Amino acid sequence: MADAILSVEGLCKRFGGLTVIDDVSFDVRRGSRTALIGPNGAGKTTVFNLLSGAYAVDRGRIRLHGEDITSLPARLRIGRGLARSFQNVRLMPHLSTVENVMLGEQWRSSPFSLARGRRAGGRAERALADAGLDTYPGQVVATLPYGIQKRIEVVRALAAEPKLLLLDEPAAGLNSAETAALRALLERACERGITLLVVEHDMNFVKQLCDRVVVLSFGRKIFEGTPSEVHADPGVRQAYLGAAAA
Amino acid sequence: MSGYLSGVLAQLAINIVIAYSVFLPAAAGLLNLGAAGFVLVGGYTAGGLTSRLNVPLLAAIPLAGLAAALIAFLVSFPILRTRGVYMVLATFAFAEIVGGILLNIPALGGAAGLSVSAYAGLPLVFTVTALVVALVAWLLATRFGLAMRAVHDDENVALLFGTNLRLTQVLAFTAGGALGGIGGALLVHQFNFIDVQTTGVMFSIFVLLYVLMGGTQTAWGPIAGALFFTLVPEGLRRAAELSPSLKFLESSRYIVFGAAVVLVMMWRPEGLITRTLVERCYGLLRRNG
Repeated sequence: MADAILSVEGLCKRFGGLTVIDDVSFDVRRGSRTALIGPNGAGKTTVFNLLSGAYAVDRGRIRLHGEDITSLPARLRIGRGLARSFQNVRLMPHLSTVENVMLGEQWRSSPFSLARGRRAGGRAERALADAGLDTYPGQVVATLPYGIQKRIEVVRALAAEPKLLLLDEPAAGLNSAETAALRALLERACERGITLLVVEHDMNFVKQLCDRVVVLSFGRKIFEGTPSEVHADPGVRQAYLGAAAA
Repeated sequence: MSGYLSGVLAQLAINIVIAYSVFLPAAAGLLNLGAAGFVLVGGYTAGGLTSRLNVPLLAAIPLAGLAAALIAFLVSFPILRTRGVYMVLATFAFAEIVGGILLNIPALGGAAGLSVSAYAGLPLVFTVTALVVALVAWLLATRFGLAMRAVHDDENVALLFGTNLRLTQVLAFTAGGALGGIGGALLVHQFNFIDVQTTGVMFSIFVLLYVLMGGTQTAWGPIAGALFFTLVPEGLRRAAELSPSLKFLESSRYIVFGAAVVLVMMWRPEGLITRTLVERCYGLLRRNG
């Protein structure tokens, strides 16, 4: 695809004798909101770990803006415009909300500039305020409710000003009000031109947010299309509901 | 000021400096049980410089820090290959090796220890301590400090957010070593003497405890830990001297102190001073101010 921000070709990952990702290829169009779905154990989070560099790729290629990043060290990928959130909240528990968000943008400043200086701290506070999370500026995140932590994680990833944002089950464990707030936050990010790749089980959330769906099952890609087509696909129905339903 | 009081205060200040030498790596998630090693390197470097080469004290102190930093930098590479309890053992072994080497250098006094005539009085000790505290506070407020604390909390996430894990840990360990060397330089010139026994195993354990009990989350932790460990035993000793009814403390003060340590650990498992506590204090100040 000519306008692909991310293109994955023939991706493979094995853990010992177990093939977790088997020859997966897909493209993510610039400015799109692509969902990566599939039953439990399909390999969705593994794909994210390969994209972000947490795992080494066994075979295949990952291209970001046409640049091959397959073997680029994980810590340099954020500078190429790739940021992610995690399935289980992975905020720094002993840092405050503002410091966690500052961590998102720290790769852009020099190491001995005062990170708590007005500008970085001010930007982080504003980002939290924009997301409606400014009630806890100095608070250590370990003491905050799960739904709040989950959204702060998205704000932290957005603070990195990524071109492509990987979200691993951002809506899991959120109530309906929090889910709506999260969707609004992501809609605004998209308006700024950020491309989303989202792993999510909540199909309503996917239908409302995403314009493209990739379905994985047992490490293979079984479908790629629009959210409205995905329900009708017999392969997808079989993967989720078993052979009888198909 | 009595000689006793100034002695206790100087010891307290030096303990604070040495506590920060363990605090910096600890803030980046590295447990260092080798404080004694860096203190010895700094102490013998500074002591050797002033007593054997007539280098002025004010130059010997930073040079001692530099020497300890160099050693820390070099040993950080093998030591950082280890994790958790193995890192505790590796740093401990490092301190033992330093002690063993110094014991076998006759030019530096060998087993008899090194006597020096240059004296670091209370004003100098306090000035250096204040500079060290300011330096650590500044370091923690920089992006580097943020990276250190992020590495402490979650190495993998810190990495994905662009932190250079290895560099952060090497620098934290090296900066800690430098402070240990400065602490050693103050120690030898406050007591006019240093030997390998001054800083034995117990010394390293106590310093690590200052930091862990004080709390590794804020720069206030080591001060609180050093205060607790220096003043509580001294206070118990004074109490035994002053009041006949507390005479039993003379022999059993370390039992009472041990119980106090256990109680603090139960009551404040993350250290005396935590982030939450500091934020709460700031909050109170803001509301009243």
